[in-house]
Amino acid sequence: MLDPQDRMRFEQVVLPHLDAAFNLSRWLLRSRADAEDVAQEALLRAYRFFRGFHGGDARAWLLQIVRNTCYTWLEKNRPVELMTEFDEELHPQPAHNPESLAIAGDDRERLGRALETLPPRFREVLVLRELEGCSYKEISAITSIPMGTVMSALARARQRLQRALTSPASQEAPSEL
Amino acid sequence: MSCELAKAVLHGYLDNELDAARALEFERHMEGCRECAGALGASEALRASLQGSGLYERATPLLRDRVRAGLRTATKKEAAKQAAQPAWHWWAVAASILIVGTMFWFSLPSMVKPTPTTNLTAVEMINAHVRSLQAGHLTDVTSSDQHTVKPWFDGKLDFIPPVKDYSEEGYTLIGGRLDALTGRSVAALVYTRRKHYVNVFVWPTQDADTPIHPPSSRQGFNWVHWRHKGMEFCAVSDTSTAELHELAQLINQ
Repeated sequence: MLDPQDRMRFEQVVLPHLDAAFNLSRWLLRSRADAEDVAQEALLRAYRFFRGFHGGDARAWLLQIVRNTCYTWLEKNRPVELMTEFDEELHPQPAHNPESLAIAGDDRERLGRALETLPPRFREVLVLRELEGCSYKEISAITSIPMGTVMSALARARQRLQRALTSPASQEAPSEL
Repeated sequence: MSCELAKAVLHGYLDNELDAARALEFERHMEGCRECAGALGASEALRASLQGSGLYERATPLLRDRVRAGLRTATKKEAAKQAAQPAWHWWAVAASILIVGTMFWFSLPSMVKPTPTTNLTAVEMINAHVRSLQAGHLTDVTSSDQHTVKPWFDGKLDFIPPVKDYSEEGYTLIGGRLDALTGRSVAALVYTRRKHYVNVFVWPTQDADTPIHPPSSRQGFNWVHWRHKGMEFCAVSDTSTAELHELAQLINQ
């Protein structure tokens, strides 16, 4: 089935998106070591399915496989995480500037931690949109969220992130849920 | 635009996903509504900090190497699988030659039949048919798509066999494989006819066309033989000779 020519084409078309694959895995799994294993597994899976890829958006095609591999891994290794609403109520953040939403550039760590408190479904749309720069159409293809729902999913995810960044004490009631 | 609607489409505006008319309406609303303008400002600040955060994490060179190595291994495994098949074919060729040789030797004294060579081929052909029905031997390329099966033979044979699906007429192409008859490589096309498998062996010939003949049978298998436009055909199956004849006619069309 797969010959050296397939491998060459795969390395040209799909492998350039390894960074995207790793970044999505890293934020979905919240661990670099696990993300390395899962990203590698996803790439090899993509390679096995490569004959089924008939051109088009290779990044979205790969990220869809990466996402599925991540969720399968989470179901197997951390099922609780998928069931529990992982949020700031359970994992309170230290209070930081409750008044201001403007975040200084050196607050990378704080932003990262806030992002990690979001449930995976919110985390992934933010990572795809803000870090990966995906369009709504691509996000819909990768996550299977209907096209018309991507905007509201992003709206809720951003609201959650804003709340996670302000102190838990200054939160409004969690009305959007 | 109302505040309610503005809040609903704010993120679409932020992400540049609104159509031009809707975006314009939204901008007009922003001019007159401080609350919505404030909400947009907060979202813009959040997105700016996310995008400027350096949160994007790239794959390490080590991971890249690991993936490359994995791809190579996966390719080798596939290559090894393919390499194993020709080995089986050599065994088949050797076995066929042995069988044919033995048959020939024992049939020498009784070679009074009008077409002994054809009979020998029949035995061999039925052997090839029976062998093909053993698990995993039926097809090397499995597809009902003639455009998949035909190119598969490219480079494996020194001729291009005619490959066509006749599903509508009740003969469904399920694939093809390489086989050996009288020591030469032939194309074997596999069809199903009401759960019966039909092997159609094809190889080139210099001889003139011959009609589809003779409806013969041996060991419960039926077969027909014919030559058409430089190709020699043998179709063998446990289905009826009438049906084999019908398939042969379809192939000749």
